[in-house]
Amino acid sequence: MMESLKDKSKNSVARRNFIKKLTFFCTSLLIPSFVNSREKSEKAKKWVLTNGYSPAEHYWGMGVAINKCIGCGRCVDACKRENNVPREPFFFKTWVERYRIFKDSETIVDSPNGAINGFEYPRVEKKAIIRSFFVPKLCNQCNNPPCVQVCPVGATFKAEDGVVLVDSNYCIGCGYCIQACPYGARYLHPVTQTADKCTFCYHRITNKMIPACVEVCPTQARIFGEIKKKASPLVRFMRMNKIGILKPSLNTEPKVYYANLDMEVK
Amino acid sequence: METIVKELFPLLKEITGYIYPNEIELQWGILVVVYPYVTGLVAGAFILASLVKVFNVQELQPTYRMSLLTALAFVIVAPLPLLAHLGHPERSFEIFFTPNTRSAMAMFGFVYAWYLMAVLLLEIWFDYRGDIILWVKTEKGWRKWIHKIISLFSKDTSERALRFDKKAVKVITIIGIPSAFLLHGYVGFIFGSVKANPWWSSVLMPIVFLFSAIVSGIALLLLIYMVVTPLRAKEIDMACLDKLASYLFYVMIIDFSLEALDFIHRIYESEESIKILAELFSGKLFVSLIVIQLLIGMLIPLGAIASVKMFRTPGELKKLIYFVSALLVQVGIFTTRWNVVVGGQLFSKSFRGLMVYKMTFFGLEGLLTSIGLLLLPFIILYILFNILPPWEKAREA
Repeated sequence: MMESLKDKSKNSVARRNFIKKLTFFCTSLLIPSFVNSREKSEKAKKWVLTNGYSPAEHYWGMGVAINKCIGCGRCVDACKRENNVPREPFFFKTWVERYRIFKDSETIVDSPNGAINGFEYPRVEKKAIIRSFFVPKLCNQCNNPPCVQVCPVGATFKAEDGVVLVDSNYCIGCGYCIQACPYGARYLHPVTQTADKCTFCYHRITNKMIPACVEVCPTQARIFGEIKKKASPLVRFMRMNKIGILKPSLNTEPKVYYANLDMEVK
Repeated sequence: METIVKELFPLLKEITGYIYPNEIELQWGILVVVYPYVTGLVAGAFILASLVKVFNVQELQPTYRMSLLTALAFVIVAPLPLLAHLGHPERSFEIFFTPNTRSAMAMFGFVYAWYLMAVLLLEIWFDYRGDIILWVKTEKGWRKWIHKIISLFSKDTSERALRFDKKAVKVITIIGIPSAFLLHGYVGFIFGSVKANPWWSSVLMPIVFLFSAIVSGIALLLLIYMVVTPLRAKEIDMACLDKLASYLFYVMIIDFSLEALDFIHRIYESEESIKILAELFSGKLFVSLIVIQLLIGMLIPLGAIASVKMFRTPGELKKLIYFVSALLVQVGIFTTRWNVVVGGQLFSKSFRGLMVYKMTFFGLEGLLTSIGLLLLPFIILYILFNILPPWEKAREA
């Protein structure tokens, strides 16, 4: 009798231990080392600090004066050269759209090869055009970026100066950020197989230069600068114009501001 | 790079309207269609197994272990299509080690590990433990060793231990049901939470995914049961089959209602995107959405099972109708996933134009890989059926 009781208790201790170990083993699988995007932006910060650039002192944005854009496409070409974007017509960090709005409210939009060679002169239209204009597009460097939210490994992040960047050494190439971007501003780089997008020419702006597209624009349709400093040309631009942003209903809070934005632009 | 670019050039001519220039390359192809389809089968098969243990549906007992093993076979394959579609598969472990906690996709690692380790493997282990110990006693050679290892060298077959096994299975099943819901609801959330895409962005998405998962899981088990039983030269248990078909029918009604609700809601709200979506439904998605998903994959099987229920049908005809219906349901659910994943990438986010998807046959992201990935679970299942025979007879041996 004693024997069997002893056996039983031994058994139950063994079982209890076993279950303990099993639970421990299973839970240990669920404990990862959490590294978030903030940590990665710290890394980027260290890198730029070596250049004597302090991201905390800046907050970048871009203004686009739609009425000034002539659709020459110099910005598209400059961007591709400056940033080694593949020349094929499927990969763009910036592009220009042409809008033609007819009297019967039909709207035709086009952007042949991202307008890298500008636009052909339109053939004489049968219908009367009531409005026509060009709209340069680029990454909106959202303050509330959906692409950063969805990145599973935190390879894309918002730097302290507000610029949304991609760590191509970290990106796993899942494409979720491309799906999440409402503006079509991202693409998968065919060589690196990682997500890529406009960085406001980060290598230039951290070295006291302005983005390539802004520099080459012959009509100064693009205005680059600080959002929070009073002396900035961008702040002046935003004071002098009525400003619109793209897809405001999605609450992405873009930092690319358009003057004279038409309701047809999406 | 050249191949990607070469594939993209001919697509330029097939675009209608205006799309953002970066949108021409479809990011998520057929592999990402296979992923939610396979996870759906996992969740569905597991929920079917739970019906036996939690809700005590005795008629379904012959499919209980089969469902568990099916769920296991498919869950092993589930991450493979994702892995194959990544630009950098070698970095995929970062999802586990350095997840961005705000990302829905980053939760994949946890949901998957939890489901595989804490639910599926444990339940199978506890359910089989007693039997495996018995098998070990009569077996010889490598089989004996495999079973010894699988049983983790446990030897206790006392009544108390077996009672504990039973209890453990029940507890795990109860935890397992919300876990299976989580597994597939979460896949729906990955799509449903993309606000940039009006075709995906819907709160109903996780729920629709879930119920379509249960539909596909039950239909799959019905197929497996109907194929495997005659192969073993056994009689198909008609009560079990009728019950399976009944559950399939009821869940399909729920699934259909949810999808109809989603559809009606979209049309009634008629938001900014409705014009381009209407163009998509009536054009590029017409065959896959209206004809295959709705008619062939939903209405015809529903009608067929309903008529079997209403009229007295002879056994053989009944079997045939069940079998064909379950097959059509599989086609329908696969097309459902296709319409979500690929359909959601066929219209521009400028809402002004439509893209095209050209599936390749060869290559890592081609049709051949996908077919391979869809066949792989059945090979795993064959091995599992061999090592862990799910049939009652094996217990007595």
